[in-house]
Amino acid sequence: MSSNQTNIDYSKKDLPGILTKLGFALFGVGLVIVISAFFIDHTRAAFNNLILLLFLTSIGLGSLFFVALEYLAGAVWSTPFRRVLEFFAATLVILPIVALPLLFNMHDLFHWTHNEVVQSDTLLKSKSGYLNVSFFIIRMIAFFVIWLTFYFVITRNSKKQDISGDQSLTSKNIKISAVFMPFFALTVTFSAIDWIMSLEPHWFSTILGVYYFSGTVLAALAAATLAIVLLVEKGYFVKGMVRDHYYSLGALLFAFVNFWAYIAFSQYLLIWYANLPEETFWFLHRWEGNWMFVSIGLIIVHFIVPYFGLLSQPSKMDPKRLKFMSVWILFAHFYDLYWLVMPTYGKGYAVFGWIELGFPILAVGLLILIFTFKSKNQNLIPIGDPKLKRGLNFRL
Amino acid sequence: MSDKILYGYTGIFDTPDEIILAANKVAEDGYKKFDVNTPYPVHGMDNAMKLPVSKLGYAALIFGLTGTISAVTLMYFLSVFDYPIVIGGKPFFAFPAFVPIIFEVTVLAASIATVVTMIALFFKFPNISHPLHDTEYMKKVSSNKYGILLQADDLKFTEESAKELLAKLGAKDITAIYYDQAEISTEHKIFEPKFISLLIIIAVVVSGSTYFALNKLMFMVPFNWMMEQSKIIPQDNNSFFSDGKAMRTPIEGTVARGNMPYQFKGDPESAGKYLKNTLLPTEKNLDLGKKKYDIYCSPCHGYYGEGDSRLRGQFPNPPSLHSEKVRTWTDGRLYHVITEGQNIMPSYASQMTRKERWATILYLRVLQRSLNAKESDLE
Ligand code: HEC
Repeated sequence: MSSNQTNIDYSKKDLPGILTKLGFALFGVGLVIVISAFFIDHTRAAFNNLILLLFLTSIGLGSLFFVALEYLAGAVWSTPFRRVLEFFAATLVILPIVALPLLFNMHDLFHWTHNEVVQSDTLLKSKSGYLNVSFFIIRMIAFFVIWLTFYFVITRNSKKQDISGDQSLTSKNIKISAVFMPFFALTVTFSAIDWIMSLEPHWFSTILGVYYFSGTVLAALAAATLAIVLLVEKGYFVKGMVRDHYYSLGALLFAFVNFWAYIAFSQYLLIWYANLPEETFWFLHRWEGNWMFVSIGLIIVHFIVPYFGLLSQPSKMDPKRLKFMSVWILFAHFYDLYWLVMPTYGKGYAVFGWIELGFPILAVGLLILIFTFKSKNQNLIPIGDPKLKRGLNFRL
Repeated sequence: MSDKILYGYTGIFDTPDEIILAANKVAEDGYKKFDVNTPYPVHGMDNAMKLPVSKLGYAALIFGLTGTISAVTLMYFLSVFDYPIVIGGKPFFAFPAFVPIIFEVTVLAASIATVVTMIALFFKFPNISHPLHDTEYMKKVSSNKYGILLQADDLKFTEESAKELLAKLGAKDITAIYYDQAEISTEHKIFEPKFISLLIIIAVVVSGSTYFALNKLMFMVPFNWMMEQSKIIPQDNNSFFSDGKAMRTPIEGTVARGNMPYQFKGDPESAGKYLKNTLLPTEKNLDLGKKKYDIYCSPCHGYYGEGDSRLRGQFPNPPSLHSEKVRTWTDGRLYHVITEGQNIMPSYASQMTRKERWATILYLRVLQRSLNAKESDLE
């Protein structure tokens, strides 16, 4: 449709103070729990800390991925809410702090950090060229440096455009996004290998990187969808979001729910089929004791519920349904990470208590705070973006 | 023109925006039977035309589920009733292995059936004629114009009001479309003998040439060069030797390298008496023995020789190897069983080298000892 039909109807309003207060409250409660958890049971806390790191990475990195994807694909429908994803991508900035406690608990988390064990274990010995503490830390730093560099460069250009409206910034970001993509693919894979697979250093699954990626994208998308629907409903967003936009978000969520299931099943099928003891034990651990219920629950929580929840066409554009499903998917992602990480801590017995509850509370508080903080001195939409009007006029 | 029937009025627009607005206006005006023709799908058109949600999804759902159910039934029938075989020790109804097939059949059934439904129900196949065919209007809207058509059978339709509405919307080239009664006759062109015979000819030619290519052509020069090479194949005849056979018999009184004829064929007693184990129970030999035992013997005899077969009743369970009889047999006697087999137990001579057979026996002794340890073993 022509660009002269709609005028951008947006004036910046500050987000309500109650949101910041809520963020602080959740953050405070979470922080108290987390700190006491570290004092009471630091091993268990370290495992939960790892889940927290993975979750926040999912949100931050997944959001940055969508921002880059939009530039790269020349997508217009998502331009009006690219800023929301940029705000969530700011989560990347706090990752190093979240990762810090892990470095002090490496021994509790990672079996392969124990020298005497490695020496008497042929497999670990031959893997020690990759799995050793110094290289692990180097890689971790490399991830953060890469993510943060791209985050700062891309969002700075985007922010600059608000004022100057300079179109060349868009083409600059397209190029940067093209460079980012291969880095993203590699870092997301290797972080999955380092932070998830190496918990069971004997185990390997070549698809685990893609598995984590699918969850990452889903979590970022769910967070963004929730924020967008809420902002539109409460009138903080630009006018002109229609069900076509919602439908696209819903369809994308639905697609990635299926993608996750596809990848998760592929991983399971191959391991089940080949039936090699060095691979199957990983699933067996997730079938021992009450882990069996957690595993079955994962299929229901992460696939069946969102699948049927988003299956029909009307449900993909219903704001109420979208809000519910995004919260649900965020929960499902936490659940997924719990299922990935915790069996190493509690072999044969899944534990869940106040410690496991505290970390998600902290995460939600952090995300709210990051979002409100970022939105203080920035517009909620990229008003200088040349694609914005077309994005608002997007119709299916 | 008087013998022709009015189909409707068409108007042409230049941009997608205009056509969206026009479609919206027409729909708001209360028209039900109108259509929009554009060179490509224009975004937002469904909305503008106020079309209800397409029912085609239900066809996809029904046929998709039909696909799912037939895939499950088919595979259940095949691999549980009709032809059950153990594959990789998996159960007959190996659900995870079926999932990809169920998925594929579901998608295949849903997509093909949806397209067929669309053509049959919505496009009224086999009717292939339409009043808009061969009109100037159609030529334009299939290259770079956007057209709208108000059908004459709409309740609101009158010639004047249609023309007026189109003019008001700013349409160009407002024209009436007429069609012959003959055009909508129920005699469909695709049922004409000419067309049917064409189909039959195509079918015969395609299947005939496929048959020719796969069954005849491949065996003609030069396509058969790869199959028929001038090398010697076992069991073949060959003119090089005077007896006309490709395979040679060994020279009288010689054996091939590494070939050791078994002296005690059918004579277990002598084997037990004269054959001696050539290996010592060193760690290396026992390792080899365990490896070979686990590979070749354990499927039937169980990992510990107790006869707890892993073959799920597909093969009779063998007796325990811890029996008094087997324990007192000499190594040579055991060697004979492995080499020749015993009743329904097959021979393992072709799978295992002599050394491996002896090593397996050493390991078997270890297993036996583990259940019948001597007092002195505890010291
Ligand atoms: C296909 C299944 C199968 C495999 C594999 C197999 N066996 Fe047997 N084995 C049998 C059966 C069945 C019998 C009992 C035969 C009979 O009826 O006398 C038997 C009998 C024997 C006996 C004689 C026991 C007795 O009490 O008469 C010995 C010794 C033995 N097997 C050793 C071996 C060794 C060593 C191997 C590995 C090289 C092996 N078997 C592999 C099926 C098997």
